[in-house]
Amino acid sequence: MSGKVDTEDTECHTKEITDIPKLDGSLVEEVMALCEENIFGCYQCGTCSAGCPFVLDMDLTPDEVIHYIINDNLDVLKSKTIWLCSSCFVCAERCPRDINITKVMEALRQIILRKNIDETDISCLSDKELREIPQMAFVSLFRKNIG
Amino acid sequence: MEMLYYPGCTLKTSAVNLERTAFAIAEALGHSLKEMDEWNCCGVVASLTSDDLMHHLAPLRNLIHAQDEGKDSIVTLCDMCCNTLKQTNLRVKESEDDLATLNDFMDLENDYSNSVKVLHFLEFLRDEVGFAVLKKKVKQPLKGLKLMPYYGCTMLRPREVAIDDAEEPVVLHDLIRALGGEVVDNPYKIECCGSYKTIDEKELASNRAYRISSFAVERGADAIMLSCPLCRYNLDVRGKEAESMFENYKQIPIFYYTQLVALALGLDADICEFERNAVDPVPVLKEKGVMQ
Repeated sequence: MSGKVDTEDTECHTKEITDIPKLDGSLVEEVMALCEENIFGCYQCGTCSAGCPFVLDMDLTPDEVIHYIINDNLDVLKSKTIWLCSSCFVCAERCPRDINITKVMEALRQIILRKNIDETDISCLSDKELREIPQMAFVSLFRKNIG
Repeated sequence: MEMLYYPGCTLKTSAVNLERTAFAIAEALGHSLKEMDEWNCCGVVASLTSDDLMHHLAPLRNLIHAQDEGKDSIVTLCDMCCNTLKQTNLRVKESEDDLATLNDFMDLENDYSNSVKVLHFLEFLRDEVGFAVLKKKVKQPLKGLKLMPYYGCTMLRPREVAIDDAEEPVVLHDLIRALGGEVVDNPYKIECCGSYKTIDEKELASNRAYRISSFAVERGADAIMLSCPLCRYNLDVRGKEAESMFENYKQIPIFYYTQLVALALGLDADICEFERNAVDPVPVLKEKGVMQ
């Protein structure tokens, strides 16, 4: 029977980016070029954060991410939030200003990945997990975390 | 009717029982699924930036091959494949320039002419077969089995490629009722299972499974019925691991909808391969008289 409880602690965790890449222009311009969303339409209602299934584990809430971008605050690129986002599209679906925040998150990830920065490591997985975790999980993790 | 079938990688590995049961129920309903002669990985997640056309190549190549086989639609079983193929189909439909660029890049392939419709197998059952017809063919109703329908994300969002309402879906609810089962509704039915974070944030995935399943249990559910192979893994395996994280928590069994349709149609239970589940669903099926 598969699925035996594995209590072993692993080293696998969402990556942390400490070296912020240099940008050619302003952050907000670069993000808006990549996602084609009108970030300035955000009135900070917080609906995106209220519906986000991962918000409790995030260091910046999704509405804070938007606020950081508008203020050209590059610290947002260090945030764990952008890597915790699984692109579930709940925020995009519910935004009353019709801003696709899922695409905004992807734009932030892409800004980092296009500077050849990635720290994905799956060496912590057990042989059993490597066999049993669906392939689609590996492909999507690599697509999201490597490029 | 013979439908052209796009499998995707997971259907050939950890979700072979989803494929096997889908083939069997299609046949039992007077249809058949024919696997595409040639297919490749769809890339799993859709390209989300304006300038990234490269990641539309893999899904588009599958659509071209479906077109080459002379079919105007393909059926998928995996929610993420379905979503990715639908999103690429939409992008090239909305942008002739993007389609031209992609066609030019794949100069060894025929040009795509926007002729293929991507269908989730659930759409096929709902719209082509019809749940009313399916209901008449039920030999072993799922009487007394209380099931929480779980939709997850990629079947419903983004709205443009959804197979049902993004906030209040009913397709799995209706299917459970057609099979004679009892629906246990749960607001977490459309919340993410943790998706690929199951690799680098295992505990987070267990937390998701706990939150979704425990609410279903509180409302009296015996089991959860879903479609996506990654949701199945997270709720089943990471849910089982959540038992050591939360006091008095016991994970309930997880079913693919195709397994329950197969049982309701009176097909051999062996094709469901329940031994693949982390939480054994056989005891509850026997208790409710669905399985002998």
